[in-house]
Amino acid sequence: MIEITHRDFSVDEVLSRLRAGRRGAIVTFVGVVRNESKGREVERIEIQVYEEMALKQLEAIRREAMEKFDVEEVAVIHRVGRLEVSDSIVMIAVAAAHRAEAFDACRYALENIKRRVPMWKKEITPDGEFWVEGERP
Amino acid sequence: MKIRVMYFASFRELTGLADEAVELPEGSRVKLFMETIKTLHEPLRGEGRMLVAVNGKFAKTGLVLRRGDVVALFPPVSGG
Repeated sequence: MIEITHRDFSVDEVLSRLRAGRRGAIVTFVGVVRNESKGREVERIEIQVYEEMALKQLEAIRREAMEKFDVEEVAVIHRVGRLEVSDSIVMIAVAAAHRAEAFDACRYALENIKRRVPMWKKEITPDGEFWVEGERP
Repeated sequence: MKIRVMYFASFRELTGLADEAVELPEGSRVKLFMETIKTLHEPLRGEGRMLVAVNGKFAKTGLVLRRGDVVALFPPVSGG
């Protein structure tokens, strides 16, 4: 399950979609908008996306995580557009039979999203607006 | 040949464009494309960290471009 959305999402709803008989572990990661960045106050953020490519990249990362770690499902929801402090930016949820592989797959998905999915954060601060420098892929 | 170029994030602001059509010689590689873009858009010349995607896939500088390709140009990503 992959989704890019302009609206807030429900963590509980994603979890309920992942629950199934054989799945003894669901690991979740939720990234949240902070009120500061490198010592600077952040009022809100905006996320720009190259959506067509981002969907393909997210789907590729989902499949890689499922195959490498032998987990049953990897779900990713990512917000774009305008977000306020404390809003959820991204949720990754991994369902598996057992916990160890679920943690590993969740970490793998997150690190790869940060390096490979074409999205860019802009921080809106009292001193102006700043694009966040990403890591190289 | 004409290719379509898309700009994102700070590159969109530096060029003042979301997208444009650019003329390149047949058989041009990504490297020549990048040099051409820097000639067309002076504010991009100082950008060392430039990523290129061709038709939605990350591309290396040696890739040969074809007529009608959609080439996206952007800084390192910062989602997640």
